[in-house]
Amino acid sequence: MSVELILALIKPLLGLGLLLTNTILLIWLERKVVAGMQSRVGPDRAGPFGILQTLADAIKLLLKEQILPMKADKAMYLLAPIIALVPSFLIFMIIPLGPGFDLAIGGESQFINMVGADINVGVLFFLAISSLAVYSVVLAGWSSGSKYPLLGGVRASAQMISYEAAMGLSLVPVILYSGSMSMTKIVESQAGNLSSTIPIVDSIVSLIPNWNIFPQFLAFGIFFVASIAEVNRAPFDLVEAEQELVGGFHTEYSGFRFAMFFLAEYINMFNMCAITATFFLGGWLGPTFEGVLPQFLSALMPTIWLGVKTFGLLFVYFWIRATLPRLRYDQLMELGWKRLIPISLIWLMLSAIVLGIRDFGLPWS
Amino acid sequence: MIELLLFAIPASLLILGALIVVFAKNPVHNAMGLVLTLTSLAILYITLNATFVAMVQMLVYAGAVMTLFLFVIMMIGVDKPEQTKEQIKGQKLLISGTLILLVSIVVFISLQNGLNWNLLFPQSEISLEGTPAILASALFTSWVFPFEVISILLIVATTAAIALAYEFKQSSDND
Repeated sequence: MSVELILALIKPLLGLGLLLTNTILLIWLERKVVAGMQSRVGPDRAGPFGILQTLADAIKLLLKEQILPMKADKAMYLLAPIIALVPSFLIFMIIPLGPGFDLAIGGESQFINMVGADINVGVLFFLAISSLAVYSVVLAGWSSGSKYPLLGGVRASAQMISYEAAMGLSLVPVILYSGSMSMTKIVESQAGNLSSTIPIVDSIVSLIPNWNIFPQFLAFGIFFVASIAEVNRAPFDLVEAEQELVGGFHTEYSGFRFAMFFLAEYINMFNMCAITATFFLGGWLGPTFEGVLPQFLSALMPTIWLGVKTFGLLFVYFWIRATLPRLRYDQLMELGWKRLIPISLIWLMLSAIVLGIRDFGLPWS
Repeated sequence: MIELLLFAIPASLLILGALIVVFAKNPVHNAMGLVLTLTSLAILYITLNATFVAMVQMLVYAGAVMTLFLFVIMMIGVDKPEQTKEQIKGQKLLISGTLILLVSIVVFISLQNGLNWNLLFPQSEISLEGTPAILASALFTSWVFPFEVISILLIVATTAAIALAYEFKQSSDND
């Protein structure tokens, strides 16, 4: 077996382990953060600070009875949780976790890039795979053979299609600005600091890192709102609105199948934040403190930076969940189609004109 | 060996999906069969080095179009049984005859080529890095006029569909 094949087998396993442990941490963190914002204590029984609470919940869900509703469409009912998990794992594979390094394997040096699959159309892959996630919600809602899940499923299909359009359109200016659709190249294009042709402005601006969020602030805003809607989090969680739809699309799911939906939701959230950090916040870029810190630690710094940025964004997700009320269905649709999509189209045209002038000069000169 | 597996698994899934589309009784199962077919086709595009085409296939057909299909199926309701009465006399006999003929042609040709699977993996000279750029430069230079004409055609078709299907009411108290 070749080295590349072994690497291709190891990387998904590592990714799986990382995502599972990460999810356990994330659920605990969300409960703690939301509890803090609502002046509660949150989980504090299992382990130090209640950190093992999620593990206990997972064991409970694993041991619970699996109920198959009488009117359910069996094949689709069993398939839906699997369809929920697969895209979430796939998206993680294209996120660059670090700059890559050389490793000596069997006498010869082998370049190992810290990304599951470095494909040249990574942005499109992300959009394509995240558009598959809607099937799990729609199928779960329909196949349960019950009215509340069906309502959740129908809402989900409309919501996710609408916000996918805004999300894709807000990414186009970023692709234009970075000049590539590859995730690693988008990160590399954000290296260094901002620069300006005006000397006085330049002295201030050159302190700011060259992240896409600064020139593409509006695209960042649209992408961030659309990404919350895409992972069905509050205030866009109409899909599982507890007060109206019992539990939404997963009302009829119990035991481990419910846990799979739960797992997929948190992995999707983590992926979305890591991707936002990659597109707009410079991904793994950041000071590595080479020479100050020990060798292995400074080599790990890029991954730590990505983690810091991702968890910062996740904190904002939790914050929004704890503070904002849920949107009404018509408000949701209006925000998507009448606000976000026109703004992203105008921003796309403006960016294209500015970049065109920068690269090719004024049309009359 | 790996290349053969990478071809054989998506190809058999593609055929399975197509069979589900034709034979499943429930419209939702049909739609999901079509999703399986389109996804497997995207994987086959990747094995042919056409990553960009594969991603657009997933994004547009498997992602957007089929979700709308499912939406419409769920809105209309899936309880109505499909009409299975034959419209043309001897319909089934004709179709199975054509099918047997096509399969035997494929078998005959592949036997003549000595089951040469390498034909399916052409060692193309196009580098993987350049696929979107090559496609874009072809589309926006030599094919720019047909490209724009097609986009106008699509807008005309969409407007026509709305004009035909939408009921313009005289009173405007509700939309």
